[in-house]
Amino acid sequence: MINKKIGIIDYGASNIFNLVNAFEYLNVNVKVIDEPHDMSEITHLVLPGVGAFENGMNSLKNKNLTDLILGHVEKELPFLGICLGMQMMLSESYEFGSHSGLNIINGKIKKIPNINNDGARHKIPHIGWNAINISSNNFLKKSIVNDAVDNQAMYFVHSYMAHTDEKNILATCNYNNIIIPSIISSNNIFGCQFHPEKSGEKGLSILMNFINL
Amino acid sequence: MSLYKRIIPCLDVANGRVVKGTKFINIVDAGDPVEVAKRYDQEGADEIAFLDITATHEARKTIIETVEKVACEVFIPLTVGGGVSNYSDVLNLLSAGADKVAINSAAVANPNLINQVTDKIGRQCIVAAIDVKQNKNNSNWTVYTHGGRNSTEIDAFQWAKELCDRGAGEILLTSMDRDGTKKGFDLDLLNLISSAVSIPVIASGGAGTLEHLRDAVVVGKADAVLAASIFHYSIYSIQEAKEYMRKHGVLVRI
Repeated sequence: MINKKIGIIDYGASNIFNLVNAFEYLNVNVKVIDEPHDMSEITHLVLPGVGAFENGMNSLKNKNLTDLILGHVEKELPFLGICLGMQMMLSESYEFGSHSGLNIINGKIKKIPNINNDGARHKIPHIGWNAINISSNNFLKKSIVNDAVDNQAMYFVHSYMAHTDEKNILATCNYNNIIIPSIISSNNIFGCQFHPEKSGEKGLSILMNFINL
Repeated sequence: MSLYKRIIPCLDVANGRVVKGTKFINIVDAGDPVEVAKRYDQEGADEIAFLDITATHEARKTIIETVEKVACEVFIPLTVGGGVSNYSDVLNLLSAGADKVAINSAAVANPNLINQVTDKIGRQCIVAAIDVKQNKNNSNWTVYTHGGRNSTEIDAFQWAKELCDRGAGEILLTSMDRDGTKKGFDLDLLNLISSAVSIPVIASGGAGTLEHLRDAVVVGKADAVLAASIFHYSIYSIQEAKEYMRKHGVLVRI
């Protein structure tokens, strides 16, 4: 066993079975956190999620889990948001109205345009495998990406996308010429729009890189 | 760049074993679902479909335990169907590790089920499965339910549109005329349904050669191809299928 402990936030709005399974497969201890909890043993925190933004934020608040997340981030410990979890890291979402996020990284969530830059209609949700391109090549610092995952396909399932400052975007993917931020980051904080736990070997290597932070 | 076209091996499961039949009958054994799924994941499948084909007509629920065991072995998306009749069935499968749940007969019996489920958990979790047969008197296709045992009055084109409007995330389209025949996908049917909906269409029924897989995507405009026999009996590996498709200009994940 690797001498780290991964906390996975379970706020009822996501299916954590596969995420727990993936980390256990990578031989690391996992603690599922579904209520305020002593965080002293948690070295890495993961915020997963599927579904609607507002429901996700309300569930986090109702279960009193936001302080624990923000406390972990304040200590500059490794943090990973996945899919809706990534979206909730930003300041605000325009999914069915306007809703405040955790504001860990400054940015907004908006619908993926259903007409691409060439004026053609395309399918929404963006469901399936798409290659990520690492846009910031600062590999000197520790990161969840490395050369081995550049241009590799990851599994995406979403209808909304992040809009944030260029400096926060670590990787993007190209969906019919719409550039979708795929990994956002700030220091030890990362967010993946895709599902690394469902992206085969390359996805698992991203989780392994996260564990090694 | 658009999305990679997906190759989805399908595990038809009956009584905890992978089976394969022809035109939904003459069922023969094709292995242990956990072992088969694991092999496909390692071979580079893009997704795995797990369908409990006897579930609906025997009113049995998909064996949650088998789904859990399969989910523990695969790190790619897992779609599970068979006997899904209500919202709690969907939740049980998602909690057991399914990423998406396929709904077929239950949507015909109660179309609102699709709205109800997708309103709560999002359209990405729901694959609407449609089994169809071509009419003898005209060139349209009619929807069948209960593993192909019961015919309906429903037209496949209209039904696909309705399922999309009600919130389904993808359409899994099976041609019963071609299922297990290895004569190739029904490309006219695929074209028709792909043009009807704004969500991904998964082609199913009839894969016999690698050319068939390519045709489903290139000619039939499918977003993904599902196949069982050609992979179960190792006639082709997933890798061979992908290399063939790439060689013929299809964007695949290798």
